[in-house]
Amino acid sequence: MGRYLLRRLLIAVPSLLGISVVLFTVLALAPGDPFGELASNPAVPPEVRLALRAKFGMDDPIYFRYVHWLTAMLHGDWGFSFVSRVDVDRLILQRLPATLLVIGSSQILALMIALPVGVIAATRPYSIFDQIANTFAFIGFSLPTFFTGLLFILLFSIHLHWLPFVFNSELNATGWRWYWEEFRQSIMPVAVLGMFQGASWTRYVRSAVLDVIRLDYVTTARAKGLREGKVVVKHVVRNALIPVVTLVALQMPAIFGGAIITEQIFRVPGIGSLLITSILANDTPVIMGVTFVFACLVVLFNMIADILYGWLDPRIAYR
Amino acid sequence: MAGSTPASLTAEPGAAVQAAAPRFSPALDAWRRFRRHRMAVGSTVILSIMALAVIVGPFLWPVAINEIDFSAMLQPPSAAHPFGTDDLGQDLLARMLYGGRISLSVGLAAMMVSIVVGTLIGSIAGISRGSVDAALMWLTDLFLSLPQLPLLLLLIYLFRDTLKGLLGPEGGIFVMIVAVIGGFRWMPVARLVRAQFLSLREKEFVEAARALGASTPRQVVRHILPNALGPVIVAGTINVADAIIAESTLSFLGLGFPPDTPTWGRILFDAKDTLDTSPHWALIAGAAIFLAVLTINFIGDGLRDVLDPRRVL
Repeated sequence: MGRYLLRRLLIAVPSLLGISVVLFTVLALAPGDPFGELASNPAVPPEVRLALRAKFGMDDPIYFRYVHWLTAMLHGDWGFSFVSRVDVDRLILQRLPATLLVIGSSQILALMIALPVGVIAATRPYSIFDQIANTFAFIGFSLPTFFTGLLFILLFSIHLHWLPFVFNSELNATGWRWYWEEFRQSIMPVAVLGMFQGASWTRYVRSAVLDVIRLDYVTTARAKGLREGKVVVKHVVRNALIPVVTLVALQMPAIFGGAIITEQIFRVPGIGSLLITSILANDTPVIMGVTFVFACLVVLFNMIADILYGWLDPRIAYR
Repeated sequence: MAGSTPASLTAEPGAAVQAAAPRFSPALDAWRRFRRHRMAVGSTVILSIMALAVIVGPFLWPVAINEIDFSAMLQPPSAAHPFGTDDLGQDLLARMLYGGRISLSVGLAAMMVSIVVGTLIGSIAGISRGSVDAALMWLTDLFLSLPQLPLLLLLIYLFRDTLKGLLGPEGGIFVMIVAVIGGFRWMPVARLVRAQFLSLREKEFVEAARALGASTPRQVVRHILPNALGPVIVAGTINVADAIIAESTLSFLGLGFPPDTPTWGRILFDAKDTLDTSPHWALIAGAAIFLAVLTINFIGDGLRDVLDPRRVL
């Protein structure tokens, strides 16, 4: 297992490097010159502008600039926000916990929906339950998160007054009351994201379980006299989860996309809403930093999926 | 088979039975299987009506999309305005019809981009072995692990103004959004095509073509590609739905089309501030997106039953 982990870690490095190359290329290809404003400013002589360009390495060859940028990023020198004058890494670290909390709990919710529903639907294929679950799954992943969010706000906040519709990051409450308020205002963002993911995972789980449940070893387990529940949970689900983990890992970028929208709708102070506000405010260093963090998170979650994969299917880890 | 010698005597009555039986063709068989999928058939009808409405609707409902009427602000649906009006008194039906044209055409165009790029990369990877294949698959995996929405936003933020200058405000954004959404959706197609190629290129009929001296491009275009297209069509259908959601998302975040161009996502974005007083505005726009995406997904599911030999459901 140790060697497997190490190999996974080493595989993550080239993909991170590849992502950083893509990011840097986008940035380098982008039109517009950071010193463009100086060119039209009559008070700045052209020599000064050229000297500035040379000082910041704008005229160096592109691979040199890439290496320079990468080492700066690795040293934690991510620049500072043009708008709030705060270091980008501090800004992101401040916002990251909210994002991870919303994403993490919505994934748990999605699993809690998808696993039982998918397994029950697959053990009784084409039954009424299966058909209803299938229809709801289709509706679930066809409803865009931004529309579900608005519907939830309309129903639960405006009509029923049950839940607050704006996330308040500075709750003036302590102790249990604080947790309760925090829980109440997290319900809607988590539910929106979790239901969307849960709907598509339900279909994955169902088809994966259907593939496994007809195999001979499952019949053997039944023939041994094991109870049906034990057969499904211990024999079927564990093997069915292997392709599901792959599909979930592939969906990771989409999950982060959904998180950005949800944070924007409910004003959750995470890195997703930070990205949107900095794009609207032309705050380039923050945009680059947040995009890179999102890329790292995707790679990280892919790695976690790989590790899960090795645990679910030992053949992979020991090959 | 006219004029050919029957292989045996028993072939004679068989031929008679065959003549009496309904005619069989792959297309007919596919239609028969698609028809069994009731949701897919219903979705095709609904989606066709929607498509027809946005194509001919603006001619039948010739109300200007930007006619501002402050005496009729935020009105609920009525005879004069079947979908109601927005905060500037503009007719929502006209705006929805116009926006539908953009949203649906963005979906279709982005799907075309993703299919062309994906098929190209998948075929090259599938037919060439060794390092080319490995490099292209590494590229595919890299693209699969990119955070798509942040990069989409970044690209639009960086290149918006240049393209606007080149192609005009609407054309520039259209090309940009289609290229970027399509450019992030080709990976599943490429993987599917490659997987199909790997098995198809070892099949006897391809070997026969090779033995007859067909060049590699001819083998690919005439023999392998047509047989690999089934799953691609399914993936393409799903891509239309994804692209419509992606475009609405961008517009909803205020980063898509310019504010005066009413796409469905943009209408929803404008409507969200008056959600408490006039929910009809947001509900109509959201329902249109939802209905389009849902029907396309159902059609994709029906097509999968018909076309994808490795179907799992």
